[in-house]
Amino acid sequence: MADVRLSPRSLGRAFWRDDRFIQAAVQVIVVAVVAGLLYLAFRNMADSLARQGVTLGFGFLENAAGFDLGESLIPYSNTDTFARALLAGLLNTLLVSVLGIVFSTVLGIAVGIARLSGNWLVNRLAWLFVELMRNVPLLVLLIFIYTAIFLKLPRVRQAISVGPIYLSNRGVAIPWGEPTETWSLYLACFAGAVVVAVLVVFGLRWWQARSGRPKPIALPALAVWLGLTAVGWFILPQPPLQLSQPEIAGFNFKGGRTLTPEFMALLLGLVIYTAGFIGEVVRAGIQSVPKGQIEAARALGLNGRRTLQLIIFPQALRVIVPPLTSQYLNLTKNSSLAVAIAYPDLFGVAGTVINQTGRAVEVIAIVMIVYLSVSLFTSVLMNWYNRRVRLVER
Amino acid sequence: MSTSSLPAPAEVLPPPFERYTLLGWLRRNLFSTWYNALLTAICAALIFLAGRSALEWALGQARWEVITANLRLFLVGQYPASATWRVWACVGLLAALIGLSYGVWGRGRRANALGVVGLPVVLALVFEGETRIALLAAGAAGALGLGLGRWRRARLARWAVFGWVIYFPLVIVLVSGFGGEGSVLPLVPTNLWGGLLLTLLLSVVGIVFSFPLGVLLALGRQSGLPAVRALSVTYIEVLRGVPLVTVLFMAQLMLPLFLPGVTIDRVVRAMAGIVLFSAAYLAENVRGGLQAIPRGQYEAARALGLNTWKMMLLIILPQALKIVIPVLVGQFIALFKDTSLVVIVGLLELMGIAKAVLAQPDFLGLQAEVYLFVALVYAVFCYLMSDLSQRLERRLNTER
Repeated sequence: MADVRLSPRSLGRAFWRDDRFIQAAVQVIVVAVVAGLLYLAFRNMADSLARQGVTLGFGFLENAAGFDLGESLIPYSNTDTFARALLAGLLNTLLVSVLGIVFSTVLGIAVGIARLSGNWLVNRLAWLFVELMRNVPLLVLLIFIYTAIFLKLPRVRQAISVGPIYLSNRGVAIPWGEPTETWSLYLACFAGAVVVAVLVVFGLRWWQARSGRPKPIALPALAVWLGLTAVGWFILPQPPLQLSQPEIAGFNFKGGRTLTPEFMALLLGLVIYTAGFIGEVVRAGIQSVPKGQIEAARALGLNGRRTLQLIIFPQALRVIVPPLTSQYLNLTKNSSLAVAIAYPDLFGVAGTVINQTGRAVEVIAIVMIVYLSVSLFTSVLMNWYNRRVRLVER
Repeated sequence: MSTSSLPAPAEVLPPPFERYTLLGWLRRNLFSTWYNALLTAICAALIFLAGRSALEWALGQARWEVITANLRLFLVGQYPASATWRVWACVGLLAALIGLSYGVWGRGRRANALGVVGLPVVLALVFEGETRIALLAAGAAGALGLGLGRWRRARLARWAVFGWVIYFPLVIVLVSGFGGEGSVLPLVPTNLWGGLLLTLLLSVVGIVFSFPLGVLLALGRQSGLPAVRALSVTYIEVLRGVPLVTVLFMAQLMLPLFLPGVTIDRVVRAMAGIVLFSAAYLAENVRGGLQAIPRGQYEAARALGLNTWKMMLLIILPQALKIVIPVLVGQFIALFKDTSLVVIVGLLELMGIAKAVLAQPDFLGLQAEVYLFVALVYAVFCYLMSDLSQRLERRLNTER
């Protein structure tokens, strides 16, 4: 007879029992409720701001900040704008994050390997370190390191000297290279060496692909790069960097570079805290490689170093990279705790700007967007790396 | 043929049996190779040097009286002395509930039972005065619960569950109180809450409220409805991309702007910030569990005629949550540690009290003592939580 159409209508079901209708309706309701709540919140906010006589806008960023920063990577004074103050804060955040990521990775790998050591004492010490870091809040750690260690160091005159480094309550003075007139010329030479080294890598790869014989690639490239930079250093009429040693002069240090106690405390706290977590990540990664893989590598005649390099490490990396990414992101976000020890990072500067201008909404929006972008950028970078190391399946 | 290849029984040597002598252990674990011996020597020297100076400091130079003199502040902040019994009542109830639960469900492990009753008693030896009496009472309450649980195991099981469910609202009512000056439970404004009490309340509120929100967000992210999924993903990714301090700051400054006319006090604003932040992380953890459930479970639930909500509540979530218990507890530990950040927005929880104590003229410059004590308190609670999670994991493991 008539063709059977299995639409809900023909089955005699009411339209509100149709799955498609329910799904559409649920979505419309959810979106409407969320939009309504957001609208209400924003209208309320606009109302209360209007009552306080404030209009939203970012014009205030152009005004003079009028406050000083403890330290800054770019030239900054209190006559500069709020925008520049925030930029200086952002650069401080990035500086401490990048350094923190590098050092905590190194320390974390060491801790992870120590956790797997057959040496009972090393193993237990690493375990104790990891448990301490995981069970104490970062804020407590940071404030402890800052107030109970760095601020308790002796005054400059009685500074503890460790080789060329001085430790005092005004900061840590380290030797530093002062750029001379030939510095910019040397930078060009440095970049040239990088380009040549990259060309060497490509050339050797091409040669390896053509000849089919495995040849070392990284080592020759590194040697070429080091050689060129060294030649550049000595060929210039004047060394591009002049070593400047710190020395105690009156109540402060002269020469070298003094790292503030705030910076040192923040960096040290972030590094050891994150290293505890990275240590566990590394340990789990190495343990995830099945024993059979190592035995198979041995059976194929690979020696210990080659086993580690070709069998264990690539497979462990696959497990390690995703959680390592989130540890890096955590470190970057945790650097905002700098506000508790008065290091002028982005969040700390933002707090001061809010106090000075009362522009809480705009400043918090800027800070959140900046952190979001940094987080997104880091995760894009690490995801790219993760794609390179992960298992390629047919 | 096949038997002839086997050696005669007399030729088969017994497996070498390991001798667990002290010397053997030392050689195997500390001095197996020359570099291991070197490492051991370096570590031992480091431990000796660090341990000696730490002990010298802790037993000689450290002025621990800063802790004992301010113990009340550390525990409850400025909570009025006349109402402290309410906090102790909560502790006693908790001890009784834990005792009851061990009695009902515990598999007769004596060590656990001793922990419930013994811990308060041991603590009572350390403290003195009112605190000692209250701790002894808590121990007695634990013992009572344990005894009751053992005695009427089957009948009291339901009461134990009921007790845990109403415990949280009861604590809030007891601690905050209601009514005026003369009533039984006069109101204690939240600005007087402080110390460990505030830390614990912040974390418990955070856990209790962020958990359902997190599960909802995880379900939203896994949902087949594009609009719901997009909203959940946006929420989760934004909250995970920003530091907690900015969320706390926003909650402090912007919640009053969003809700004019309603006065929300600072503690509640901090709680809101913590809940909103933690929910995003919990959602990702729960999503991991949801993704681990095989498709067959969904299809079987459908085939049995369950609708979406019943399928989720009865089939998927119980399995998914069980898988992620260790991760969830890890998240709760992180939340507990994160409550220390509310000091940045000016609340007097454990860290805030520590700062206030250090501002007292009698105790200037005692940062090391105070912050070590705070760190110890956090470490003990975190360790207890992770220990509990491992027990729970073993108990819920049905694949044995």
